[in-house]
Amino acid sequence: MWTVYKKEIRSFLSSLIAYVVMLVFLGATGLFMWVIKGNNVFDLGLSSMQVMFEMAPYIFIFLISAITMRSFSEEKRLGTLETLTTRPVSDLGIILGKYLAGVSLLLIALLPTLIYYYSISQLGNPVGNVDTGAMWGSYLGLIFLGMAYTAMGVFSSAVTDNQIVALILSMALGFFFYVVLGMMGDITALDAIGKSLEWFSLEYHYDSISRGVLDTRDVLYMLSFSALFIGLTKTVFESRKW
Amino acid sequence: MSIQVHQLTKIYGTQTAVDNISFEIEPGEIVGFLGPNGAGKSTTMKMLTCYIPPTSGEAKVCGLDVSDQSISVRKHVGYLPEHNPLYLDMYVKEYLAFAAGMGDVKNVKNRVEEVIALTHLGREKHKKIGQLSKGYRQRVGLAQAIIHDPDVLILDEPTSGLDPNQVMEIRDLIRSLGSNKTIMLSTHIMQEVEAICNRVIIIDKGHIVADDKLDNLRNQTAEKWIVRVQFAATVTEKDLKTIPGILQVTSLGNNAWRLSGDNPQFRQAVSHFALASNLEVTELVSEKDNLETIFRQLTKHVDGL
Repeated sequence: MWTVYKKEIRSFLSSLIAYVVMLVFLGATGLFMWVIKGNNVFDLGLSSMQVMFEMAPYIFIFLISAITMRSFSEEKRLGTLETLTTRPVSDLGIILGKYLAGVSLLLIALLPTLIYYYSISQLGNPVGNVDTGAMWGSYLGLIFLGMAYTAMGVFSSAVTDNQIVALILSMALGFFFYVVLGMMGDITALDAIGKSLEWFSLEYHYDSISRGVLDTRDVLYMLSFSALFIGLTKTVFESRKW
Repeated sequence: MSIQVHQLTKIYGTQTAVDNISFEIEPGEIVGFLGPNGAGKSTTMKMLTCYIPPTSGEAKVCGLDVSDQSISVRKHVGYLPEHNPLYLDMYVKEYLAFAAGMGDVKNVKNRVEEVIALTHLGREKHKKIGQLSKGYRQRVGLAQAIIHDPDVLILDEPTSGLDPNQVMEIRDLIRSLGSNKTIMLSTHIMQEVEAICNRVIIIDKGHIVADDKLDNLRNQTAEKWIVRVQFAATVTEKDLKTIPGILQVTSLGNNAWRLSGDNPQFRQAVSHFALASNLEVTELVSEKDNLETIFRQLTKHVDGL
């Protein structure tokens, strides 16, 4: 598993993907937080990172899909899946290696945003006046959310040998589970059904964790979401044997 | 026994790719797996390397079952798939280190250097795989197959698409690797089998049509033995017809003849004739390409014509 992991990390770092993803993520969140008029920190006058945590899930849908789109589709296209799966490593080991590499890249991309936290805490009045609990909660939520997106991305990549198809499928899944299901509760016509559907959305649990209260139900939901898609990936993987 | 295949069958949907085949390969043998395209060679190899499971029947590698002990089987098998898939954007050393890591090799660095030396990749080891010529890529493919020092090597068309020099180099390499391993290689080129293998299994439409040592096979199925001979002096066709067992005489000009006879000792008969009639022989070659004929005989389809 770790051999696959190392190979994936190296291939991220030697191709442009890793750098482009980090640049775009930091650029976009930076712009929304500090520059673009209307919602930025100075206009709101609040010492919080709310803006970033509201934007990040949408940016992640694109970026994580871009990170994971190659993971299996490229192996299929090159035919290297055959040499990969005939070595003494289990299918799950290969999938987890690729998945964890994607998650690691995501963590690396999040790391520099700690500078925003420092800046905000310096700007606070008095200095250091930030809702730290909510902030760490939001980070945790974002990491869980990113893990879920990565699992969906790896799954999408496993079903096709075409990167573009993998990218679009992964974005569609992300959009469905975060945005579409998340809206269900707001549709009055759906009433209680809408509320239940909303409970299944990633947004519901992300928001819940972001408030800074760590509920085991949310954590469990997020982790099982990732596990579900990793399991699905394994099923797709084994379908060659049917 | 290195490889044991017993009533192995693979069915894709409604199409039977491999139909109830059985064979065994002893340790140290180099076996040519021969057949026209689509005969089921690759499918059999994919089952032996645990890439796809058999529909029925069983296959064992080093006594381990491919279905139940898949991971252990893979430790004993080195596999070069058809078309030799490689990561083109990886460096040679980097890729081999990855393959070594996947194969549970203990001292990765040493083993990579060892394999690079074995496959003569020394000058290319710092290049990206994408920059290598096809012949060198094939070496990388072989290098990754032997990196975990497997007992059995399964090579799917290892020389297809190479130029004649590269073909010779790869064959030499396979022969040198074969000294302490069991090798099963597929091909549709007869000469390849002649050059490397000591046994041949011919498969056609999913069935084994021949499984024997090369020489036996040649003697069994051949109908005539051909000798090309050149004498220093003129000989008449009538004199040549007195050679025992002769079937046909063709003049190639310049005192050279192509003679065919009806028994395996025909070559000796020709040299006896030359001695007896006091003729100096400048060239005497038996033509071996009748293996192609054997192949065609065994794999010709009545319905396909």
